[in-house]
Amino acid sequence: MPDIFGIPPQALFGQLLLGLINGAFYAQLSLGLAIIFGLLNIINFTHGAQYMMGAFVAWMLLNWLGLGYWWALLVAPVVVGAFGILIERTMLRHLYKLDHLYGLLLTFGIALIVQGLFRDQFGSTGLPYRIPAELRGGTDLGFMFMPNYRGWVVVVSLVVCFGTWFVIEKTKLGSYLRAATENPALVQSFGVNVPRMVMLTYGFGVGLAAFTGVLAAPIYQVSPLMGADIIIVVFAVVVIGGMGSILGSILTGFGLGIVEGLTKVFYPEASSTVIFVVMVIVLLIKPAGLFGRAR
Amino acid sequence: MAEAMLAVDDLHAWYGESHILHGVKFNIAKGEVVTLLGRNGAGKTTTMKSIMGIVANRKGSIAFEGTETIGLASHKIARLGLAFCPEERGIFASLDVKENLMLPPQVAPGGLGIDTIFELFPNLRERLSSQGTKLSGGEQQMLAIGRILRTGAKLLLLDEPTEGLAPVIVQQIGATIRRLKKDGFTILLVEQNFRFAATVADRHYVMEHGHVVDEFANSDLDANMDKLHEYLGV
Repeated sequence: MPDIFGIPPQALFGQLLLGLINGAFYAQLSLGLAIIFGLLNIINFTHGAQYMMGAFVAWMLLNWLGLGYWWALLVAPVVVGAFGILIERTMLRHLYKLDHLYGLLLTFGIALIVQGLFRDQFGSTGLPYRIPAELRGGTDLGFMFMPNYRGWVVVVSLVVCFGTWFVIEKTKLGSYLRAATENPALVQSFGVNVPRMVMLTYGFGVGLAAFTGVLAAPIYQVSPLMGADIIIVVFAVVVIGGMGSILGSILTGFGLGIVEGLTKVFYPEASSTVIFVVMVIVLLIKPAGLFGRAR
Repeated sequence: MAEAMLAVDDLHAWYGESHILHGVKFNIAKGEVVTLLGRNGAGKTTTMKSIMGIVANRKGSIAFEGTETIGLASHKIARLGLAFCPEERGIFASLDVKENLMLPPQVAPGGLGIDTIFELFPNLRERLSSQGTKLSGGEQQMLAIGRILRTGAKLLLLDEPTEGLAPVIVQQIGATIRRLKKDGFTILLVEQNFRFAATVADRHYVMEHGHVVDEFANSDLDANMDKLHEYLGV
């Protein structure tokens, strides 16, 4: 196959796929942030730590209990989601009526504590997590060789993201959620148990972060700092997409992952900053974000 | 008088630090249409929001069909069979008309069927897939009333349903309220427009500075016109 813009196609598609994988993680994490911000009015800075916890729960299940990847996909979101619900019940719920800043500071503090505890226990070097046997190896797609696990991550992320979007935009449950995002007091006065819905929504958003952490564990190593590394980029994604927009955060997440991947091919020096450059440009032109509504 | 469906006694309510209601007392019998009249800031809307538990900081007694609701959360109060239509209408922009209409969950059997609601408000049927806030003011008001008729709630709290609407729409709302009364609904109405209130209500309470200061039957309205003008400053 001939080179494309002087780049061997194998390298180009390889980086595109890697970009798509990162994009899948960005999309799932920013989706959770968007849902939480919409209903709780909380900028959940613990999101990265909760993603990291998901990966660690997978590691612990495997190494301590002998439960493999598929169990982890199921159990980690539940365990970490329950941890999120505990935080919501005991702390976050007192902050809903206050300025965003309070929620941000609280969740940032919790993130630091959680990270510190994990670092103390497991050190900062990563722990390996094996790709499950069913997804090892790769497939020759003709134009590129695709590791099966990476294909799986992209597909499952797309399903989870658009499944979540569908539930929120097209179902009765989603109509409660959208309405309560606009006017929780009125929805509650119709007889809907909004406080419980808020609690479960936070649990879901956190569970989604943990699920993403499990997906990421075999690709990156399981490390206490993995969440801190990714969450800064994810916040940039959220700002670019527009805070609180569901579809916006999905599309922006995947899109920026690809942009990042392409930058790695054509101008590797900029690959770690390109998202922030995009953020600056978007903020200058459209301060509410690409899909955001000005408040 | 017959046993009250809703009995409010010595109701106090606060928004933050400010004490808005100072011992409100009134009651509504089953099947009645009762209005709260009064100037802006008299505490009419706060009274409604306190009954629904939307204003949570409240004291005193609010008994609905014998159940004390003063300590209940808003969604539990609604489930007893009360429904609220707010002054600002509260139509959701991120929901289409159909979703807005179907949003409030059923709280009791015996709500109006969707066809009956379209019969009352034919405009809604044509606009089902429109975004909720794209409707005209009158249509939004119909949607805000229509959606609480489905739920089986028997006591409706309507906060200024005619505010800012064209006379022909006001007439339609008036006809709807009379029809709902005939169907057995009990209605508490907040109004600034007592001429409209006189066409639908059985009794009127007048509020001033967070108190109920007067009460008269609709049939005595003419005899009390001078007093009423003074209360409302019209």
